[in-house]
Amino acid sequence: MDFTYDDEQEALREAVRGLVGKAYADFEQRRQTVKRDPGFDEALWGRLAEMGVLGLPFAEDDGGMGAGPIEVGIVAQELGRVLAPEPFLTSVVLAGGLVAAAGSAEQRAEVLGALSAGESVLAFAHAEPGSRWEASATAVSATQSEDSWTLTGVKEPVPHGARADLLVVSAALPDGGTGLFLVSPEGVARDGYPTHDGGRAARISFDATPATPLGVGGDATAHIESATAAAVIAAANEAVGAMQVALPTTTEYLTSRKQFGVPLNTFQSLSFRAADMYVSLELAQSVALWASMVLDADPASAQKAAARAGLQVSRAGRHIGQEAIQLHGGIGMTAEYSIGSYTSHLTALDHLLGDGNHHLAALSSAVGGYAEADPLP
Amino acid sequence: MQLELSPEDAAFRDEMRTFFTTEVPQAIRDAVASRQELSKDQIVESQRILNKHGLAVPHWPTEWGGQDWSPLRRHIWHEEMQRAGVPLPLAFNASMVGPVIAAFGSQEQKERFLPPTANLDIWWSQGFSEPDAGSDLASLRTTAVRDGDDYVVNGQKTWTTLGQHGDWIFCLVRTDPDAKKQRGISFLLIDMTSPGLTVRPIELIDGGVEVNEVWFEDVRVPAENLVGEENHGWDYAKFLLGNERVGVAPVGSTKRVLAQAKEWARATSYAGGSLLDDPMTASRIAELENELLALELTALRVVANSADGKPHPASSVLKLKGSELQQAVSELVVDLAGPASLASGAGDGSSLEQWQHRATPAYLNLRKASIYGGSNEIQRQIIAKTILGL
Ligand SMILES: Cc1cc2nc3c(=O)[nH]c(=O)nc-3n(C[C@H](O)[C@H](O)[C@H](O)COP(=O)(O)OP(=O)(O)OC[C@H]3O[C@@H](n4cnc5c(N)ncnc54)[C@H](O)[C@@H]3O)c2cc1C
Repeated sequence: MDFTYDDEQEALREAVRGLVGKAYADFEQRRQTVKRDPGFDEALWGRLAEMGVLGLPFAEDDGGMGAGPIEVGIVAQELGRVLAPEPFLTSVVLAGGLVAAAGSAEQRAEVLGALSAGESVLAFAHAEPGSRWEASATAVSATQSEDSWTLTGVKEPVPHGARADLLVVSAALPDGGTGLFLVSPEGVARDGYPTHDGGRAARISFDATPATPLGVGGDATAHIESATAAAVIAAANEAVGAMQVALPTTTEYLTSRKQFGVPLNTFQSLSFRAADMYVSLELAQSVALWASMVLDADPASAQKAAARAGLQVSRAGRHIGQEAIQLHGGIGMTAEYSIGSYTSHLTALDHLLGDGNHHLAALSSAVGGYAEADPLP
Repeated sequence: MQLELSPEDAAFRDEMRTFFTTEVPQAIRDAVASRQELSKDQIVESQRILNKHGLAVPHWPTEWGGQDWSPLRRHIWHEEMQRAGVPLPLAFNASMVGPVIAAFGSQEQKERFLPPTANLDIWWSQGFSEPDAGSDLASLRTTAVRDGDDYVVNGQKTWTTLGQHGDWIFCLVRTDPDAKKQRGISFLLIDMTSPGLTVRPIELIDGGVEVNEVWFEDVRVPAENLVGEENHGWDYAKFLLGNERVGVAPVGSTKRVLAQAKEWARATSYAGGSLLDDPMTASRIAELENELLALELTALRVVANSADGKPHPASSVLKLKGSELQQAVSELVVDLAGPASLASGAGDGSSLEQWQHRATPAYLNLRKASIYGGSNEIQRQIIAKTILGL
């Protein structure tokens, strides 16, 4: 096992940091960007496409770069460090990942080609009122008549659902199971709104809306599970990036803020808390990187690794997010200063694809089946 | 030791329960129950109803509207109010400046300020904290210089909660720049419409605007608005902060949110049943309930021991644990909302529930509870020093 990145991977990190890290070096830039729709910087999205980042995980034949989860993790970390609002995770990793896994060759070339080129933003419409991160769909159902399919029902919240140029939609199939469909959002009722962390989500209502099955059609639950696992691992990397900045932001504040005539870091009760945050970060980072390697080497066991990373990062994100605000005092509560937005985004990442206890439930149900949790496959 | 309430206290509790659930408009109590931000009008209306019936400031001296209740009855009043979703009387008026004026103000100040303060005809703001004087409040730098019959005030206050509604602000100001820290501070009442006083909003991480900066540029304040003696303001502030600590342990409202959370969990389907059947969710709720019970019992026990009117030192336990539990319950609600917790900005057309929209903003907003009113680190320091002698 080797946790070091190779030269090419380091170069990727440098390139992404040079672009995204620079664009949002000033937190105010991020704040202004998320205030306006679509909630991210379209020009920056285009430059990410030019850099190859939007096609990173897809096969070269499909218009992508043929890179793997390690590279995806690097990009996610860099975006996380500056809370970049561009929808890499939900559009590229998750929605794109589903098309890559389930789409026909033709669909992959067309959809992933446009996504990679920055010409089309993709969204995965999956969560439903009343759903809790299940892989199945119930509130939206698919109906077939002759060769054509239509969808009816409501999806909410759909990340970036209002801006998306194309939707990947999960729906209950007439004979059971959950299918995946491509839907053009033209004419579909979409109500978009901001999320607490400056992101965007939407309510999307389908009413006998024409839909095209992804690939051969049929039950796609397994695809949803594996694409979600890959996205959980990418989200864990993004959260690690965010925590990597939240911690030094806090320690720098502790050394510069003076009360009672001395810098706050003079109080051991505070500096020890920062030390505990560091412990949480290191452990979370280890599991997130390990899960990326598992996904790379052995995609079949990635779901369990994703649950482990999701659990560890959820706990760390809460610990670090809550303490970061507390150690700042009042300034940590303000929208103008960065740290509260880190906590807000960590909370959003935690609840996007399954929170810590969701992952813990999955792991708990399986503990009887093995003796030890081993890092090596 | 006796478990039951006396028949008289039990009757008192029923009386409070009936009053709060029938006299305070349902719309206001619903807004509290759904964790919405209340409007100024709603807060004012509610307090005036309470005041009309002698229930806004029962802890004040009787000649100014107080009730001379036992500590237990005061506790029952406080808990039943929260249980019913009645907004608590505005703390700045009822728990902070009112008791200070009643204890240390001149007769003229009492007559002029106490009745409208109880009735919320005057909305008070608290002008203590400054950018460089937070936990170390005594390092405050806003100055008041005597000039004839006035003080001239210059400086900046910050984190002024609901200062946008404020009519008057009670401030700690430095009147003797040469005295050591605590000794040069005075307690001044300032009309917020005075020329030279500016209020600027601060946006918080939940998107709400509930705190402000207040700037003073040569603001002239009549010397008659000084409370008590010049340079003795720190004593009055300590008295006030002791009261604040007791007031900020919101056991009743946390219990109410937790009871609601159980209903929300029950209404959420999960694994073929409801989320309330999920062992992990249920055990988390049970543990929170147990801690809240322990806190409520401690509040009752501590309250019974603070006979001389001074807060029991263990009141720091109430602030510390009370804010932690308030935060833990708000975190639980985010997890109950699950993926819907992202939909904080959803409008009326949303298919998700209102409580799901509010879950994360409420969670983020309540991070403040362990910061204001003397941060939880400061509470630990008080426990360590004054109780444990460390
Ligand atoms: C939402 C909100 C509303 C508020 N409303 C009002 C209001 O209406 N009026 C008003 O006057 N003030 C108000 N405050 C201000 C509040 O009282 C201060 O934020 C608080 O006193 C902490 O000060 P600070 O923010 O400057 O943090 P700092 O004092 O800088 O503290 C930063 C961190 O260091 C810790 N710390 C500081 N000193 C020590 C020490 N000696 N040992 C260990 N730890 C320490 C703190 O606990 C905190 O974790 C409000 C604050 C908030 C967040």
